Amino acid sequence: MTIADEKKALICFIANLLKDCRHVAVGASSPIPGAAALLGKAAWNAPSHVNILGSTQHNFFTNGSVELFDCAAQGRIDAFFLGGGEIDGQANINLMGMGDYPNNAPRWPGTFGSAYLYYLVPKVILFREEHTRRVLVDKVNFISSPGTSEDNIYRTGGPYGLLTNKAFFRFDREARKFRLQSIHPSSSLEDILDNTGFEFDYSKDTPITPAPDAGLLNILETEVREKVREVYPQFAESVFAPTA
Amino acid sequence: MIYSIEDLIKKIPNGAKIAVPSDYAGVAMEATREIIRQGISDLHLVGIPTSGLQSELLIGAGLVKTFESSALTLGEYNPPPRFNQAVKDGTIKLVDATCPAIHAALQASQKGLPFMPLRGIIGSDILTHHPDWKVIDNPFADNDPIVAIPAIRPDVALFHAPLADRNGNVWAGRRRELVNMTQASKTALITVEKITDTPLLEDETMAAGVIPDLYVGGVAHCPKGTWPLAFWQGDGEDSENLSQYRSMARSQEGFDQYLNEFVFKGGK
Repeated sequence: MTIADEKKALICFIANLLKDCRHVAVGASSPIPGAAALLGKAAWNAPSHVNILGSTQHNFFTNGSVELFDCAAQGRIDAFFLGGGEIDGQANINLMGMGDYPNNAPRWPGTFGSAYLYYLVPKVILFREEHTRRVLVDKVNFISSPGTSEDNIYRTGGPYGLLTNKAFFRFDREARKFRLQSIHPSSSLEDILDNTGFEFDYSKDTPITPAPDAGLLNILETEVREKVREVYPQFAESVFAPTA
Repeated sequence: MIYSIEDLIKKIPNGAKIAVPSDYAGVAMEATREIIRQGISDLHLVGIPTSGLQSELLIGAGLVKTFESSALTLGEYNPPPRFNQAVKDGTIKLVDATCPAIHAALQASQKGLPFMPLRGIIGSDILTHHPDWKVIDNPFADNDPIVAIPAIRPDVALFHAPLADRNGNVWAGRRRELVNMTQASKTALITVEKITDTPLLEDETMAAGVIPDLYVGGVAHCPKGTWPLAFWQGDGEDSENLSQYRSMARSQEGFDQYLNEFVFKGGK
C-alpha cells in the first residue's frame, strides 16, 4: 500500500465508526477525520450532520464558533476527534508540548477545545497516525485534557478508542485502560508491542483490520474528494491523484 | 467613521489588549501589517478562541508582551516558528486557555458579569497554570465543582468583515464570534472588503447579521484585507505565500526578510 492508500484506508475505517452518529464535529487541522465524516454522510447519510471547523460550506452553525461548545454541552454532538503530541495509557492527551510549561520546547499549538469537548462528547475518537513510543507514552508530559475524571466531576463523554497507522484500540473507561482491537495489515502484534509506550490489554489472536470496502473507496475518490479539497487543500493534493 | 488603514491603526495605543479571530473567521492581516509598520508594541493579544499567522507575525516582529488563547496554529503550515522560538526563549508571557473558556470570558464581558461558570477543564493542567481561573461549588447542587472563568474585556476587537455602510454599521453574517468580540471589547476597529451607500439596517434580511455602529470605533476599506489568509466571503488562501513564509521564518533573519518584502515592501 502507498502512503496515500493507507490514508484512504484510515478514512474508510473512521467512517465505519461513525455509522451510529447523527452529528459529528471535526476540529482544526484534522483532514482524515474530516474526510471520514464527509464520506459517512455521502455513503450512508450517517452522520446526517457534519460540522468542520474552518469550512464555510460544511458548517451549518449560525451562532459563531461558540455554538460547537454549546451544542456539545447539551449532548447534541455524538462524536468528535482529538489527537495529541502525546497520548498515554489512561487516554490523557498532551497538545501543549515537551519540556517544562510555559517554556515548552517543542511547543505545540495548544489545548484548543479539548479540555471541554473530551468531557462532553460521548464518542471521542483519538486519532494520531504516528505510532511510536515518542507519541504513545506511559504518562504525558502535560495533561491538556484527562482521559478519565473523578466521580464527582461532571462528565458525559470521553475516549472511545485510539486509531493509529498501525492499529485500533478501544478504551475501557472502567478499567482506565486500552485494549488492542485490530492490527492493520502493514503491522503485527510484535511491531505494536515494540512501538507502544504504555501497557494495554491484548489477545494473541487479535484480528487484522479489514481492508476498506471498494464501494466506499470509490465514493471517497469521486464524490468526497472535492469536498475535502475545499477544507484541506494541501492534504487533498497529497492524497488524491490530480483530476484529468 | 471611515478611515484610512493608517489612521484606523493609529487608534491602537502601545500596550493595548486586542481581541483577534481565528484564521478562518476573517483576520485583519493588512491591519496587522500596518501595526508592524507603525511599531505598536507591548500588545496583549487574545485569540478568539485561537490565533494563527497574525499573532505569529506580531510575535516575530517583537511587538507582543502577552499571548492569551487556546492555541496558535498555522493549520497545514504548522509549526509557527517565531511563536515556538519566543515560547522557548520565554520572551512572551503565555496565558493558555481552552476555546469555550475564551468564549465564556467574552460572554461575561458582554453581559457585564464578573465571571461565567464552565464545565470541563477540571483535571487539565491548564487549570493549574491559569492565573485567574477558580474552581467553585455549584451553589444549586451538592458536591458539584465547576470552574469560574473571569470576564475578559479587550481594549480593541480587530478583524476583517465583508461589508460596512457609511455610518460604520458592519455586516458579520453568521460569524457571531465577531459580534461577541465586538460587544465584549471597549471598541472595535474593522477592515472591510466593501463599503455600501445603502444603510445596512434598512434591509431586514441583512439586519440580524449587522454589528451596529454603536460598538464600532472605526472602519477602513481594505479589499483582500485577509491576504494571504483565506476569507469566508472572498478569496481562498495564497498557498504560495504561506509556504514561502513557512520556509523563510525558520530563522529570524529569514523572517525579517519576509517582513521587508511583504510588510515594509522594501521601504523600511
